[in-house]
Amino acid sequence: MNRIITTLLTILIIQLLVVNKTLSDEGEVKDCFEKLNRATFALNMGLDKIIFKPISKGYRKLPSPIRTGTGNALNNLSNLITIPNNILQGDFGSAANNSARLLINTTLGIAGIFDPANSFGFEKRDKEDFGQSLGVMGVGEGCYLVLPVLGPTTIRDTVGSLVAMNGGDVWHNITVRDDEEYVREFKESDYWASRITSGIDFRAKNLEAFDAMEKNSVDLYATVRSLYLQDRKKKISNSSGKTETMDDGDWDTLENQ
Amino acid sequence: MKILKNFFFSIFIFLILINNSWSRSPSEFISSLSSEASNILSSKLTKDEKISRLKEIGEQSVDIEGVGFYTLGKYRKMLSDSQKKQYMELFKDYFLKSFSGRLVGYTDAKIAVLSEEIKNEKYTIVYSKLIGTSERPEVKIDWRVYTKDPENPLIRDLIIEGLSLARTQKEEFNSIIANNDGKIEALFENLNKFIEN
Repeated sequence: MNRIITTLLTILIIQLLVVNKTLSDEGEVKDCFEKLNRATFALNMGLDKIIFKPISKGYRKLPSPIRTGTGNALNNLSNLITIPNNILQGDFGSAANNSARLLINTTLGIAGIFDPANSFGFEKRDKEDFGQSLGVMGVGEGCYLVLPVLGPTTIRDTVGSLVAMNGGDVWHNITVRDDEEYVREFKESDYWASRITSGIDFRAKNLEAFDAMEKNSVDLYATVRSLYLQDRKKKISNSSGKTETMDDGDWDTLENQ
Repeated sequence: MKILKNFFFSIFIFLILINNSWSRSPSEFISSLSSEASNILSSKLTKDEKISRLKEIGEQSVDIEGVGFYTLGKYRKMLSDSQKKQYMELFKDYFLKSFSGRLVGYTDAKIAVLSEEIKNEKYTIVYSKLIGTSERPEVKIDWRVYTKDPENPLIRDLIIEGLSLARTQKEEFNSIIANNDGKIEALFENLNKFIEN
């Protein structure tokens, strides 16, 4: 519990320190380490080709109910990060909804494999993380980064991940940090298994989309960077409909010439 | 009596024709376009035939010139007239190849148009979804339709789950130019390579 309080306080301090230094040069990509990022991206693409893509193809051959159940269980687990971030963002309605989903699906849904909460009226909502909460608080994204294996991120999202790994993620606490205050049954390997499965599940769901993107891009690195940054902005604005891509301003510059 | 019947019949046909040319709303435009593309994709045509038909659709329904110039971003103003001409020729070939290449992999693509939002006299956003299957989830697709000429609406952007394809392409092209000391020729070279491959 102390760790969670410390984490929340740390976020508040970061917010106070950087809250107004946000989003300078909006629209310009801040790729401060582009050469290094491109090298890491090439490494990740190589790893994807020889490890992640073949495994994801194999995963796709599993019967659909197994894949759905795995996806459901991983989604259920992600509530452990989403709920505190719902609270940090002041979205108490979603926090209550996701808490009910976590409780129902972990018990009646057998560790989240099934989704009975949906039938009870608790619909699935968007995932939230500490990077998004920092964004909602007004912290700018900072430079774009590509991490080995983990892939695209930003300085802000990396800080968010560090917050999660230092007390903000209950699942990390009870597995890797061995926080027996809560539950004793889980091991560190359970955490890494869930992270790896989550990555493979995501990759398997996007096999065709990735192939098409790879085949039809003239600069794949820049494509992935653009999609990642747009996606994060959309998630931080918590908008399911209109996004800044709907803004006419960008297009008006074309009209005015 | 026969004259009267013919007269009313002519008025009826006239009204249908007027209706078809004047009231083609952006939603109807997207709906008929996506169903045409869906029919091609699910047909028994060969891959090359499908690509050729998809290119025809792309050429008729997308404002290729508008998207091309938008995609250049800040570099648009730096091009000479001859470079602009060369760019547009390359961009058209690039776009149609990329557009058809991205779509041809889908054999079961059904799009349901949900609603539309008129932003101003130039733009309407049409909201739709790609219906999910057991292999892939439902995908939200919004279309930025350019309606400056209401009788000939054209697509300017596809926003898939909130991610703009035009913007992605703009950042991709800008990255190539920026990494080559602002030289547009580097982009031309990349586009040529893509077209020839």
